[in-house]
Amino acid sequence: MDIAPVLKALRQQKTAALLIAFEIALACAIICNALFVMVARTERMQVDSGVVESELLRIRSATLDDQAERPARVGEDLAALREVAGVVDVAAVQQVPFGNSSWNTSLATERDGRGITSSTNYFDSGNLVKTLGLTLIAGRDFLPEEYIEFEALYREEARTNGVAIITQTLAERLWPGESALGKQFYPDADPVRVIGVVDRLIRPSFRNLDNADSSTIYPVRHAPGAQYVVRFRGRSAEAVLQDAEAALRAVHPGRLTLSAESFPQLRERFFRGDRVMTLLLAGVVVALLIVTALGIVGLASFWVQRRRRQIGVRRALGATRGAILRYFQLENFLIVTAGVAVGMFAAYAVNAWLMLHYALPRLPLSYLPAGAIGLWLLGQVAVLPPALRAMRVPPALATRA
Amino acid sequence: MLAYYFRLALRSLRRNPALTVLMVVAIGIGIGASVTTMTVMHVLSGDPMPEKSDRLFYPRVDPEDAMFYEPGAEPPHQLTYVDAMNLLRDGRGRHQAVMSGGGSVVVPEAPDQEPVLIETRYTTADFFALFDVPFLHGAGWTAEQDEARDQVVVLSRSLNERVFGGANSVGESIRLGDHRFRVIGVIDQWRPNPHFYDLTTGPYADSEDAFLPLETSIDLQMARSGDMSCFGDERQSPEQQQRSGVCMWLQYWVELDAPEDRVAYRQYLERYSQAQREAGRFERPDNVRLHSLTEWLEVREVVPDDVRLQFWVALGFLVVCIVNTIGLMLAKFLRRSGEIGVRRALGATRRSVFLQYLMEAAMIGLVGAVLGVLLALAGLAAVRLQPVDYAAFARLDLNMLALAVGLSVLASLLAGLLPAWQACRIAPALQLKSE
Repeated sequence: MDIAPVLKALRQQKTAALLIAFEIALACAIICNALFVMVARTERMQVDSGVVESELLRIRSATLDDQAERPARVGEDLAALREVAGVVDVAAVQQVPFGNSSWNTSLATERDGRGITSSTNYFDSGNLVKTLGLTLIAGRDFLPEEYIEFEALYREEARTNGVAIITQTLAERLWPGESALGKQFYPDADPVRVIGVVDRLIRPSFRNLDNADSSTIYPVRHAPGAQYVVRFRGRSAEAVLQDAEAALRAVHPGRLTLSAESFPQLRERFFRGDRVMTLLLAGVVVALLIVTALGIVGLASFWVQRRRRQIGVRRALGATRGAILRYFQLENFLIVTAGVAVGMFAAYAVNAWLMLHYALPRLPLSYLPAGAIGLWLLGQVAVLPPALRAMRVPPALATRA
Repeated sequence: MLAYYFRLALRSLRRNPALTVLMVVAIGIGIGASVTTMTVMHVLSGDPMPEKSDRLFYPRVDPEDAMFYEPGAEPPHQLTYVDAMNLLRDGRGRHQAVMSGGGSVVVPEAPDQEPVLIETRYTTADFFALFDVPFLHGAGWTAEQDEARDQVVVLSRSLNERVFGGANSVGESIRLGDHRFRVIGVIDQWRPNPHFYDLTTGPYADSEDAFLPLETSIDLQMARSGDMSCFGDERQSPEQQQRSGVCMWLQYWVELDAPEDRVAYRQYLERYSQAQREAGRFERPDNVRLHSLTEWLEVREVVPDDVRLQFWVALGFLVVCIVNTIGLMLAKFLRRSGEIGVRRALGATRRSVFLQYLMEAAMIGLVGAVLGVLLALAGLAAVRLQPVDYAAFARLDLNMLALAVGLSVLASLLAGLLPAWQACRIAPALQLKSE
């Protein structure tokens, strides 16, 4: 099939062809970037927390008694939770993954040095590594004598022998290529020694995946804001949750449960915004595809109707029905190609703007051919009904009028 | 004449229903999507105190040590206790107040009642005058009561209803956590949106249920919420941190007599910063800021990035819909070139042909607007179902309704320009011949 006559015909209906090409270009720019954001959000939603989410519950509750009695109360609560059927481990900690508030410190590898990286602090009051199901890849868990009271953090004499467990990511950031075990870092003037490295444990809340897995665990008892983490097996989360709440109420009747949920629920809530955004963008992409396709159908139908006589003449002169069909398909292919070519530049321009204003990463090149192929297919499908109608124009039409 | 164009347009639209529906749907979807996102943007970037927002200012200084100094960086978002109290004591504005968020449990007196967790605000005497807080009963506390660290509290209307059944509770007492407070006032409905005076507790947070003196809350070590960031040696107990000059956790607002007074207030802040530096407390070069309420909302970017992004996507989508409509109208108008030729040959001017087709385009816009508004209503209902803190505000007001209709008609007129122009250029004689 010769391209020359198609191009010649196109030149006679420049405006309409340009409009479709322009629409394709815009759609290409928007769809490529929307897909990119959707993929990034989906990746974020699938982040590995490092904890055994399917076996964990989190309960936050407030008691109304004197603050001085709190340490004793936490001990009683933990003992009661341990008795609940199905519960295998319990721990009190001041923050959990997918919880919203977090306690962060910047760390240095030298005394009075500039902070190299920011890290979040988990205060383990006992049994946290086991309860969360963290994987120790080097070193060991805390020994009972290593735990200090929260108040001791403010007293100089108690803070000379600090130890911590850190994540592999943090270890790699502080001492690239070296083993972190036994090394010291400085959250402030006093050194802290690394006694264990866990595979992974993400921050309670994070914006970027890059800095999500930079965590430190300190052996600190009775930190304020404690909440309970319960690991269970062999029963449903709802059943254990119900029994756990009842057990806590039995310990202290005037208790206020602030929240009680399973980790899958926590995760669900944490990523709600991302899920909404992904669905919304998916909706826009589908709507864009539909509108663009309808636009192509509308304009192509118009062209076919306008050129009925011309088609009839060509048929009378011996053009096959297939030739007519291919003619319209080729025409559409050329228009979409022009649109996609411009659209790729536009997609990059939009992406550059997003990078500037919304801290989005650069659009991978692979999105462009994917977008192009998608729009080509869309164009071919959309032009098919009018092209089929053109194909059926009888040759006898040439003799009329 | 217009009525005639109107009838012509109506007939023409009816003659080709498929194409007409296509155009209306395209415009409608585009309008629906962009009006939904625009409404969300609009409510999120609203002015919470229109009557005095140009006189409310948020001063900031940079008290941090020289260690991590980066030239040109913004000063911290909040003030230390030392600086906030110094500014408060100087009292250079008409009203000023220091504040922070917190939380507390209301312990019921009757054993059968459930305890309630509430949000609290720890602040100073002028808070209520500063923000024109309306009172239902009683009043706020005085500066003397701040000094004396009185255990007094002002309740919200809803908490007063919950605990005291809506009666005038002034003079009664209420237990918050471990401590008993005397109720001295009940405020009426008051919910500024955004929650501008403290953006660290969530920009669209509810206003608090109990207000009590800041010094009292520090003395009693009541739970606080929001950000706190410290520099230097952090080895301090929570109480030491709160009254220190190295932990930043307080918001400070000042009301000036007139917007022009900001120059003088800024100079005062500069002098203050300089004096602190000379006294050896501030280590960095003077770095003060004085933002008005609306500027501060901009600086802190209270409109979430996702909402802005959705707005741009919707706008891009609207543009595609307009381009699409241009193409369809072009096809539709030119398909009738024979009819246009006849009208022109019978004496219709180019102008009248042009106007007739614009009228047709405007009608598509009007019908599209109806569809668009319906879609926007559905879109906003969907937004309200979302568990986001601004959900309750996502409603279409009259302004946005007018905007939707205006935008739709404008978009379709814009889309109709090129096709109408092409249509009116059709030469009468030529067309007659070819038919």
